[in-house]
Amino acid sequence: MDLNLIWFVLLGVLLIGYAILDGFDLGVGALHLFSKGDIERRTLMNSIGPVWDGNEVWLVTAGGALFAAFPHAYATAFSGFYLAFMLLLAALIFRAVALEFRSKEPMLWWRKTWDISFSVSSIVASILFGVAVGNLIVGMPLGEDMEFQGTFLGLLGPYPLVVGLFNLSLFTMHGAIYLYLKTEGDLQAKVKRWIYKAFAVFVVMYLVTTIYTLFRQPQMTRNFIEHPWVWIVVALNALAIANIPRALHLNLPFRAFVSSCCSMAALIFLFGIGLFPTLIPSTLNPEWSLTIYNAASSQKTLGIMLIIAVCGLPFVLAYTAAIYWVFRGKVKIDRFSY
Amino acid sequence: MEIFSDTVLLARIQFAFTVMFHYLYPPLSIGLGVLLVVMEGHFLKTKNPIYETMTRFWVKIFALNFSLGVATGIVMEFQFGTNWATYSRFVGDVFGSALAAEGVFAFFLESGFLAVLVFGWDRVSPKMHFFSTCMVSLGSMFSAVWIVVANSWQQTPAGYHIVDKFGKILPTPYEYDPFSSGVQPRAEIIDFWAMVFNPSSMARLSHVLVGAFILGAFFVMSICAYYIIKGRHLELAKRAFKIALVFGMLSSVGQLLLGHWSADIVAEHQPAKLAAFEGIFKTEESTPAYLFGFPDAKSETVRGGIAIPGMLSFLVHRDFKTPVTGLDKFEPRDRPPLMVPFQMYHLMVALGMYFIGLTLFACFLMFRGTLFEKTWLMKVFVISVVFPYIANQAGWIAAEVGRQPWIVYGLLRTSDGVSKAVGAHAIVASLVIFTLIYLLLFVMFIYLLDKKIKHGPEEHHATTPSQDAINLADVAGLRGPGQGRLADAGEET
Repeated sequence: MDLNLIWFVLLGVLLIGYAILDGFDLGVGALHLFSKGDIERRTLMNSIGPVWDGNEVWLVTAGGALFAAFPHAYATAFSGFYLAFMLLLAALIFRAVALEFRSKEPMLWWRKTWDISFSVSSIVASILFGVAVGNLIVGMPLGEDMEFQGTFLGLLGPYPLVVGLFNLSLFTMHGAIYLYLKTEGDLQAKVKRWIYKAFAVFVVMYLVTTIYTLFRQPQMTRNFIEHPWVWIVVALNALAIANIPRALHLNLPFRAFVSSCCSMAALIFLFGIGLFPTLIPSTLNPEWSLTIYNAASSQKTLGIMLIIAVCGLPFVLAYTAAIYWVFRGKVKIDRFSY
Repeated sequence: MEIFSDTVLLARIQFAFTVMFHYLYPPLSIGLGVLLVVMEGHFLKTKNPIYETMTRFWVKIFALNFSLGVATGIVMEFQFGTNWATYSRFVGDVFGSALAAEGVFAFFLESGFLAVLVFGWDRVSPKMHFFSTCMVSLGSMFSAVWIVVANSWQQTPAGYHIVDKFGKILPTPYEYDPFSSGVQPRAEIIDFWAMVFNPSSMARLSHVLVGAFILGAFFVMSICAYYIIKGRHLELAKRAFKIALVFGMLSSVGQLLLGHWSADIVAEHQPAKLAAFEGIFKTEESTPAYLFGFPDAKSETVRGGIAIPGMLSFLVHRDFKTPVTGLDKFEPRDRPPLMVPFQMYHLMVALGMYFIGLTLFACFLMFRGTLFEKTWLMKVFVISVVFPYIANQAGWIAAEVGRQPWIVYGLLRTSDGVSKAVGAHAIVASLVIFTLIYLLLFVMFIYLLDKKIKHGPEEHHATTPSQDAINLADVAGLRGPGQGRLADAGEET
């Protein structure tokens, strides 16, 4: 157990936290245009209204943690994926302000514009995250100096795009299940139909992506063979996915949501295991890949950062849970809502 | 056109533009946040409903402002990696950990409790809501802590050593030579607390926070003065104005001392910057301080200026004779630009004096009981909201441009910190994208802010469900009799 490994795991934890939380925010956004009428649309926005901002902080913290723990990876990835990151920023900005601005004016054209903005930005962000993951799996052209040598369009290869669409389907399904918990009546019945459709698409994409990965980048399973206990996670993942329709059928939607969260955690975990100990593989020369050892900051910094995380994160989890509890139950639109 | 191929200049322009736009919002979050605590605290203590109405009004404005701070803030965190990748490799240990700490300790706190502050009025007890207000305010100030610590480390690095990629310690000051690749020097922490409490961080942190307090105070006073002139919400506006005025006056006066503290540290640790601020070309006895002027590098004089002889010597060394280090002590390539730091610094100080004068005068009238009768003064306060915005920006411009040519003072040059993988065309593209998006955001912000101000506080706010639903329907754009109930209004629009 070394500090580099610990930080690899912690980074994974932050990414899992982000995916579970902002995943449903983005999923709700992706579904937004399927809701009709002002009340339905406001309900969707207010289902995430109080919590989306705090959820997004997990991304900010993950970025900061990457910067602090693996600065070379942060620098290489962010400057290499330059235009992709700019696109992501634009998407996140428009998601944020669409929520804030949409219901502040009564005009139809105003509300429709921000509805589209909310949805398109959520979809774009979801796909981009998947594209990033896809590129990390197949590797990027990194030189000996750790710098990215490719182009923006080169990042949009077929494999990353498939992973992008897979991620979109994952977030959409997750968002639909979350919405089911937060809605009632006719809208909830509508959402239930969405869940089944989203689940179907998700399962198809999951199979497609898995097969494509094994074909395109078989070395992702190298660690599975060396550490056979990883197969337990694969099995648990399959069980979690299977439990989603089962829990819904048994009218236990919260368990469906938990299963969806577990599935996300398992997927990210498997992604991490597949990559380990590499952070960004180089397609030009394996020796030029960024790993958790050659891209890291000093041991002293990793240690200090660990103390910061250990001191801070329990508080974060505690008050985050408390705040979610304050906003438990179905969405109620009142005079404070979006 | 040269500018379109100069990646360093483009990266600097983009960073300056995005950070200045971002910096319109956090200071108000910080300043208004404190005032929210005071107002809601008053309500809990006195049970006077006017303070609740007041708080609820300012929270709406706070929420709008906060969301823009968040939207523009993520851009900043990503930009260190996207455009300043070489700098990020160099300072990851130091700067990265401060940023991560900002996320863990500050952002979660303010963004989390914001939920209760804005949306949770009817879901938690008044005490719990007040606690949330306090947490949001605290969170906003914690954010300032970590980012100012990080920036201060750039100005006055401490608690570090420089190593090459094999871990061998390099002597400092080390001239990072971009052409001897393979060395890849990096700054590593050797003492975390020395890094956090580096020579300038505490002075600059307090200066930044109080600058935000001034902005919050003037913002509130401006809107209240508007209501007073219009004869609207008089009771609420006068009370809020008084709270903000006292806060603003104490902050303005305190800022003079804090500014002096910061300047002292600049004099000691960044003498080239002070020389630029004050237009000091030659190191000689009885160094003057200029009230204003136009420094001219060619003639090495400050044109059209009014100088107070020996004043700078006195401010820095406490005697009128000891020379203050001039630009002549530095190689030309190590000198910061002259005009921008000088003018921005003087603008900031001049505005600071204005804040002191105006708030003291207004306090005096407040004690006399004639403050609100003076319409001309109320008009001055309405307009004066722009000045703290200008002062805050001017101060940062002075600090950052004055630090040039260094991105880490004495260790890494700005021109060596840019991302190698990002070409000029890409930066032009992102710069255009940001300009368009931020223009839109700014117009929206002003429009919605104006609307909230014109709408004003809800003095007789609803407590009955039917009134609630009427308000809701109103906001949902549905009108007409018999459409007050939410259920009725559930049809397609």
